[in-house]
Amino acid sequence: MVKEFERAGFPVVLMCNLLPVAQTVGVNRMVPTISIPYPLGDPSTTKEEQHALRKSRVGTALDSLATDIKKQTIFKVEI
Amino acid sequence: MKNVVCYINQFFAGVGGEDKADFEPEVKKTPAGPTGLINQQLKAADAQVVATVVCGDNFMSTHRDEAIERILKALDEVGEFDLFIAGPAFQAGRYGVACGEIGKAVAAKYHVPVITSMHPENPGVEMFKKEMYVMKGSHSAGSMKDDVTAMTKLAAKILKGEDILGPDAEGYFQRGIRHQVWLNPPVCAADRAIEMLLKKVNGEPYTSELNIPKKDLVPIADALKDLSHAKIAMATTGGIVPVDNPDKIQSASATRWGKYDVTGMDRLEGGVFKTIHAGFDPAAANADPNVIMPIDVMREFEKEGKIGSLHKYFYSTVGTGTTQGEAKRMAKEIIPFLEEDHVDGIIMTST
Repeated sequence: MVKEFERAGFPVVLMCNLLPVAQTVGVNRMVPTISIPYPLGDPSTTKEEQHALRKSRVGTALDSLATDIKKQTIFKVEI
Repeated sequence: MKNVVCYINQFFAGVGGEDKADFEPEVKKTPAGPTGLINQQLKAADAQVVATVVCGDNFMSTHRDEAIERILKALDEVGEFDLFIAGPAFQAGRYGVACGEIGKAVAAKYHVPVITSMHPENPGVEMFKKEMYVMKGSHSAGSMKDDVTAMTKLAAKILKGEDILGPDAEGYFQRGIRHQVWLNPPVCAADRAIEMLLKKVNGEPYTSELNIPKKDLVPIADALKDLSHAKIAMATTGGIVPVDNPDKIQSASATRWGKYDVTGMDRLEGGVFKTIHAGFDPAAANADPNVIMPIDVMREFEKEGKIGSLHKYFYSTVGTGTTQGEAKRMAKEIIPFLEEDHVDGIIMTST
């Protein structure tokens, strides 16, 4: 789906856990998430910690959309 | 007697479904689940299953290095073995990738042949077909016996030292390895090339001896010039929908998608939205759908002026078991809506 969006000209970023799959399929902008059932907030941590992680990673994803890249790129996350 | 080690996930070992997908690696000395059938079929080749490794799919994908290290350590105690069989994984993406990861590690450490089996749409095929024999498998476990039989047939040939006749004859995905083959009766290369050329000229079907695989890459879209004026749309394959699932999106092998209005919402509330994805334990996402569809922080970014605006709809479907063909079609159906609403960029979350 990501590739079709990009083919239509939209800058698009995939936030996912299985990065090797995304790379093999040919996704260009990628931001790692922390797991499959809860990509952006581990329920065993506090609400505040989950929110901080989510805000940081979605922020990275937004920045990636405004970043020129020359090849497939996994963007570094802070938390 | 030759010794074979098998790998299966928590589901096929009978440990449990998605709620047990974090199951930590364990080595069983007796066959479990499908490895019983493998053991039975290998008897004719004077071989036996000496150990079955069981590991949860989520444990392998989330703690890959640790899982591999622990499994390899446990295999050191199993003693010598001659072949490794993982799966069959059917169209289960995480399971296929897990079979590939462990198969690759086992081949590197023990230098034994590795066989697995996956449906052509399993992402593990592209990732690992060069590293091991990946048999062309079926869509679902209903065809367990066929897929197991295909694996044990090749296993028996390898264990008996018979000639392996290449991907088409044996039923595995092309590995990109070139072998020298002696034709019987022999036909020299120049004659074969001329024969092919004549067929081509005459418009008859012919088979190349060197097929070049294609990789489908999409040109990178230009970056947004100004995020603070951009309209960003959210999309997910994590199955987040209003609790009554108005578009009746399937929980697996989805062919439908939905768009849901978040006007006036600061976050997605549990009890109002939920996930219908059948490929993982939904507890965390049902309690707080923002862990998959992060509307809460997107609203904050909107208020803070980091982005121009959050698009009023988010788009959702289910990614598990969904074919690449269906995914492509659904994206193409969504695109005109995004264009009409002048969306500038997209964040897609997947599970």
